[in-house]
Amino acid sequence: MSELIAFLFRSLCGTRARWQGCAPGDQQRIYFANHTSHLDAIVLWATLPAALRARTRPVAAKDYWVATGLRRWMATSVFHALLIERRNVTRQENPLRDMLRALDRGDSLILFPEGTRASNLEPQAFKSGLFHLAKDRPKIEFIPVYLENLNRILPKGDFLPVPLMGSVTIGAPIRVEPGETKGSFLERARSTVWNLHIA
Amino acid sequence: MKLRFDNETGWLIGGVVALLAVASCIGWALSLRPGSPAHQNVIANLNARIKAWWTMAAVFLGALLTGGVGSVILFGLMSFFALREFITMTPTRPSDHRTLFWLFFIIVPIQYWLVGTGWYGLFSIFIPVYAFLFVPFRSAMAGDCEGFLERAAKIQWALMICVYCVSHAPALLMLSIPGYEGQNGKLLFYLILVVQLSDVFQYVWGKTLGRHKIAPHVSPNKTWEGFIGGCLSATAVGAALWWATPFTPWQSAGMSLAITLMGFSGGLVISAIKRDRGVKDYGSLIEGHGGMMDRIDSICFSAPIFFHLTRYFFTP
Repeated sequence: MSELIAFLFRSLCGTRARWQGCAPGDQQRIYFANHTSHLDAIVLWATLPAALRARTRPVAAKDYWVATGLRRWMATSVFHALLIERRNVTRQENPLRDMLRALDRGDSLILFPEGTRASNLEPQAFKSGLFHLAKDRPKIEFIPVYLENLNRILPKGDFLPVPLMGSVTIGAPIRVEPGETKGSFLERARSTVWNLHIA
Repeated sequence: MKLRFDNETGWLIGGVVALLAVASCIGWALSLRPGSPAHQNVIANLNARIKAWWTMAAVFLGALLTGGVGSVILFGLMSFFALREFITMTPTRPSDHRTLFWLFFIIVPIQYWLVGTGWYGLFSIFIPVYAFLFVPFRSAMAGDCEGFLERAAKIQWALMICVYCVSHAPALLMLSIPGYEGQNGKLLFYLILVVQLSDVFQYVWGKTLGRHKIAPHVSPNKTWEGFIGGCLSATAVGAALWWATPFTPWQSAGMSLAITLMGFSGGLVISAIKRDRGVKDYGSLIEGHGGMMDRIDSICFSAPIFFHLTRYFFTP
């Protein structure tokens, strides 16, 4: 089932992963990508090889993914999303804590550090969660990914898809360098993602 | 739109299979010969093309043998995928999104439905009149004026090339030529065969004798030697296939010449569009999925002209 859905989304979006900076591998990873469309999480997940797909969970907004029965089923049964609270973040209900817990179970994650979908192609400023994760879990590989054209297939604010071709470009892992501040790491991460764009 | 399978169709199919078999043998023999890496690359590319031609021939024959419907669906799908590539490599704005939805899911199916039902009157004006007026209207409704004329023109051109022009190939099946009833499948076969042979001959002549480039900025591989040699060779083969068409040998030569000349112009125009869009980059964007535009570039221009020449001169 999961294979079928991955295939459907790959065909709809005409995508295939382009592994530019690293090869698909068993290491525990956090893929972080730009965010312009509701398709982003599914398409990035769908383009991973099946073995990796089973262990890689998109981190997604709870409010969107539990809104309808179909979305809830997709999120929980198909791609095992890690649903996080965007609205009522408290010290107890903290997305970062959930992510760390998933990482400790050995899962890889797909993360959109902009926090919400952007209207322009260049990613907006990244939220600080990525830095804290990178600092806390230095052994995990942080892989930048640029998703292209998905915003044209299913743009923000529309529900009818147009079957254009998207692309998923996967770059080389980055890490927090010794002495690097939060601000400069987040900006570097953001520009690494942006530099992967093709058009 | 009933198609009849006759001996001549059998000969055409047999001829193509024999041709591909010979090409495969030559490709295989060439691949055994030692040579420089660059040379090996050319041979590998040639063999990949031959393999692709086998597939295309099989798909095309399958469609033709299922009667008219299969061909209409096949060309409809080709239009759909070509349009997908064209629009992907053409920047549009978010406000064009709904217009594009109409393009893919309403205009393309209607155009091919018109081909399938043989409604010539509406088929011939549906895109240039109705769709061309609707496209800018729908984009204007979205309320975005930036680059409006350019956006409308890009979408209209996408429709023109990928859908309207291509749909004239299966539309050959709707012509009623006196004394040639039920045999139009061979006419479609003839068009595709001459177009493809012309491409191959131009490639071969260009590779062997090509010196003088025609438009190096647009398409560096096109040479006068390739163009003239290719067109004449394909015209000769086309003339020799007169028995499968409603034409006399001389008429068939004229038709083939028109097809090859239009095929050449189509290839040149599509190259210009791709260069304009910097397709090198987009070629990688659509890696493993692209190529439909490359396959249909010469059919785009030759199909409507061949259709109208045949319709004007050979139908009452």
